[in-house]
Amino acid sequence: MKSSKFKGWLYLLPAILFLGIFMVYPLIDVMIYSVEEGYNFVSQTSDGYGLFNYSYVLHDPYFLQAVKNTFLIVVITVPLSTGFALLVALALNSIQKLRNLFQTVYFLPYVTNTLAVGLVFMILFKPTAYTDGMVNLLIQFFGGEGVDFIEGPYWAKMFVMCFYTIWVVLPFKVLILTSALASVNQDYYNAAKIDGTSKGRIFRRITLPMISPMLFYLIITGFIGAFKAYSDEVALFGTDLNGAGMNTIVGYVYDMLYGTAGGYPSYASAAAIILFVIVLTITCINLMVSKKTVHY
Amino acid sequence: MKVVLKHLTKKFPNRNKKIGGDVIAVNDFDFEIPDGKLIGLLGPSGCGKSTALNLICGLLEPTEGQIFFGEDEVTNLPPEVRGVGLVFQNYALYPHMTVQQNISFPLQNLKGDKKLPKEEIARRAKEAAKLVQIDGLLERKPSEMSGGQQQRVAIARALVKMPKVLLLDEPLSNLDARLRLQTREEIRRIQRETGITTIFVTHDQEEAMSISDLIVVMKDGMIQQIDEPQDVYDDPVNLFVAKFLGTPAINVFEGEVKNGRLIIGEDDVIAVPGVADRKVYVGIRPEGLEPDPEGSFRCGLVNVEVMGRDTSVVYTHGGAISENLRAIVGSGKRPAKTEKTVNFRPDPLKVHLFDHETEERIRF
Ligand SMILES: Nc1ncnc2c1ncn2[C@@H]1O[C@H](COP(=O)(O)OP(=O)(O)OP(=O)(O)O)[C@@H](O)[C@H]1O
Ligand SMILES: [Mg+2]
Repeated sequence: MKSSKFKGWLYLLPAILFLGIFMVYPLIDVMIYSVEEGYNFVSQTSDGYGLFNYSYVLHDPYFLQAVKNTFLIVVITVPLSTGFALLVALALNSIQKLRNLFQTVYFLPYVTNTLAVGLVFMILFKPTAYTDGMVNLLIQFFGGEGVDFIEGPYWAKMFVMCFYTIWVVLPFKVLILTSALASVNQDYYNAAKIDGTSKGRIFRRITLPMISPMLFYLIITGFIGAFKAYSDEVALFGTDLNGAGMNTIVGYVYDMLYGTAGGYPSYASAAAIILFVIVLTITCINLMVSKKTVHY
Repeated sequence: MKVVLKHLTKKFPNRNKKIGGDVIAVNDFDFEIPDGKLIGLLGPSGCGKSTALNLICGLLEPTEGQIFFGEDEVTNLPPEVRGVGLVFQNYALYPHMTVQQNISFPLQNLKGDKKLPKEEIARRAKEAAKLVQIDGLLERKPSEMSGGQQQRVAIARALVKMPKVLLLDEPLSNLDARLRLQTREEIRRIQRETGITTIFVTHDQEEAMSISDLIVVMKDGMIQQIDEPQDVYDDPVNLFVAKFLGTPAINVFEGEVKNGRLIIGEDDVIAVPGVADRKVYVGIRPEGLEPDPEGSFRCGLVNVEVMGRDTSVVYTHGGAISENLRAIVGSGKRPAKTEKTVNFRPDPLKVHLFDHETEERIRF
């Protein structure tokens, strides 16, 4: 008994070491950084401990903008992408012909380079000297007024941002949900059919509960992923996200460290810890909700 | 309500293009199930039992033929309006719902003027649960119950909407031997109490014999024989039916009819009046052989297994085709284990002749 316990720990050791060195230690380090006031990067000294860094960050308009952007992206893209993915998966599941073809098509963005996708979005949305971009041409064709989606008004940029994010995360979700749908035993549907269950009720009472574990997995990871959004923003709007007003929390952290106005690890740490707390809270809420509603 | 099948046929396209042709899972089913009876659909695995059931409940569309419930044709009606209850081979209970919710589910689907108030649904669910004796487990989830209990929930769910026809697809196949026996009695009791016309699919001949009013024996999608259990056993129409029913299985021999006498190997066994000279297969039921020193059927003795009331005599014979020849004899008449040979006197009623080509029964 004792030795098998010992063995268990032994097997876990590499993982624990790895996690300890690369996850736990940095986390603690960041926490310490975030409460060290007046930290000097060169001499590695500080004036003492306090919450000044947090206060600074929370009063920084760039940070507040980043928080607003991040929350908007999260609130818009997570439900929409999950919902769309479910629709696509349901559609894929209900067709027989060309199913593999469509599955491949839907999976393409996932295996395509982010920058390539960004380029496609440029062509679609960015007005250049020669053309207004595909989408603007379309809008104009239908008599609307063209908008600069990349450097124009905030809502337009946010629209493209969310569109892009959904586009990028959709394939993975579709993949997960199609396999979740396919793994529901056909007998449940047959039983429901014999009992005269309407399509809507079959979906609500049988399909949804059956795939709910996968759905919640996607929602939780979706939330976490969206909160960590950064590279997609860069792909669309370039590196000066503050200038574009499209920065995210992770972007803010990065800028504070390495950006043109960077070199403030204390502020970066404080922002990172704030993000950590937000993600932790949301994930806990998610897990609590899922315990109540997921049936396994 | 009686169920009438008219030339019911179901073909599945063959995926293997090389072989071509269709798989005929159900071939020209043409019979009537009398009102309020329990019939057993019996056949080996893959013979089309589930397909037949799915045709009757409407999950599959027949390639040809018609289905009538009473006087009404239901061939092209969707499953939900046929009023059938189906218990699946694997129960198909909704795992995320409690027993109560599972049983209520069909009732909650009712719409329009058939819609039931909540209390009525709860009352009927409770009633159905009581009928199958699981009313103490209403709050459990399927995963928290034994196989037998789950099976009863499945029956309750099928019964709760008062189906005109109840279909059971090998409902006992997941249960252990004891539970099997108990549950099949239960199914019989429930069927008697409710009087619902019931079709019970099984590949276990003993199960079919013990609970059915009528047995339909099928093979490769074709009906072989429809009769009462005892008649199917005593009076099989062909070699397949004879072999499929009965434990221990019927003993089969290569034989020949000569001048009205049945010859197996060297032995002139019994008189078979009225049968022309020909080669035949001979089936002898294990209980149709009585040890008798003067007996005409001379066999080698392998073993004598005492089973309490009866004794099973394992023997050999030169003309045998089936392995494991057995005779069931009363304990008083059993031969001594030390003997090398044993002679039997066959009971002509337990000896069946079958044509050597068609394997059809030859009566005498
Ligand atoms: N969807 C299908 N497509 C093609 N062939 C099928 C299909 N469903 C069943 N079959 C074939 O039809 C035949 C009958 O199948 P069925 O499921 O009715 O057998 P069964 O008697 O219920 O067997 P078991 O006792 O194993 O359940 C089998 O040969 C099977 O391979
Ligand atoms: Mg079957």
